[in-house]
Amino acid sequence: MSQSADMTDWSRVRAGVRAGLPFGIAAGLLAISFGVLARPVMGTVAPIVMSAIVFAGSSQFAALAVLAAGGGAPAAILAGILLNARYGPMGVAIAPSLEGGPLRRAAHGQAMIDASWAMASLGGGRFDPSFMIGATLPSYPMWVAGTAIGVFAGELIGDPDRLGLDAMFPAFFLALLAGGELRSGRRAVAVACLGAAIALVLVPLVPAGVPIIAASAAALLGLWGAPVPPLEEEPEPS
Amino acid sequence: MSDVWVTIVVLALATAAIRAAGPALVGGRELHPRLFGVIALLAPALLAALVVTETFGGPDGSLEVDERAAGVAAAGAAIAFRAPILLVIGTAAAVTAFLRAVA
Repeated sequence: MSQSADMTDWSRVRAGVRAGLPFGIAAGLLAISFGVLARPVMGTVAPIVMSAIVFAGSSQFAALAVLAAGGGAPAAILAGILLNARYGPMGVAIAPSLEGGPLRRAAHGQAMIDASWAMASLGGGRFDPSFMIGATLPSYPMWVAGTAIGVFAGELIGDPDRLGLDAMFPAFFLALLAGGELRSGRRAVAVACLGAAIALVLVPLVPAGVPIIAASAAALLGLWGAPVPPLEEEPEPS
Repeated sequence: MSDVWVTIVVLALATAAIRAAGPALVGGRELHPRLFGVIALLAPALLAALVVTETFGGPDGSLEVDERAAGVAAAGAAIAFRAPILLVIGTAAAVTAFLRAVA
């Protein structure tokens, strides 16, 4: 295999695109509700530009909520940054799996969204970067187009909460958790439970976003005991 | 510039910087095996936190058990029956929407 084929494996990118399609559809639907909610606060152009250049759902909703409540730019920016701070530990996690120099790796990090990052996890601390890029690809156009639909068709849609779209993301993450991560063993289950508990305890106490970052401390359980085996070496997932 | 545009531009730059930080600063060298053990467990920790905060988190730091939680629970049942992913998230939205309509 040549060096360049090794660095971006197109068959892995395609596999990622297939795996990322359902999430892209969910992202598009959620983006519609973002567009609907954002238009009265931000106008027509700004929400679409925001989706195109921020491309991080939870932080966009958080910043929008602050602006809608009359908070200024600094508070909105802080809320958005807190919700995106989890990309810090997530980026550290994928870093050893990335090839190339710092600039190339930094560019690769731009393809990180929660779903593609989790789907690209191979277990044992290894990630498939080509797969992650592929899994992010469907979400980007869906996220931007969905925002535009929400902005311009808001009157037809009405109150987006009515459609239950806000339940789709936690359902998707639950499926990723149950279908992949928890299979890597009992320790992963313990870490997931601890992470969930940390987040729930902190939600009433600290600003949004911080509970998720704090939950990553649950992964410190990995300091003890044998290394987690990669998923592909599991005998047969039950 | 208005608050809206300042927010968008600064948040976009900050988000790109955060996404770049880990890969740029940590990559390119071998990590201690114990650190790999921690990294391997970041995914379940962060995913579980996302699930509970997006299921139970309400406005202004409140915790709520509402129609959304019922929708996610229904999705959990669909996952247990090995439903395809689109059916899982469709179930979550449909159950949540139905309960909100009858509430």
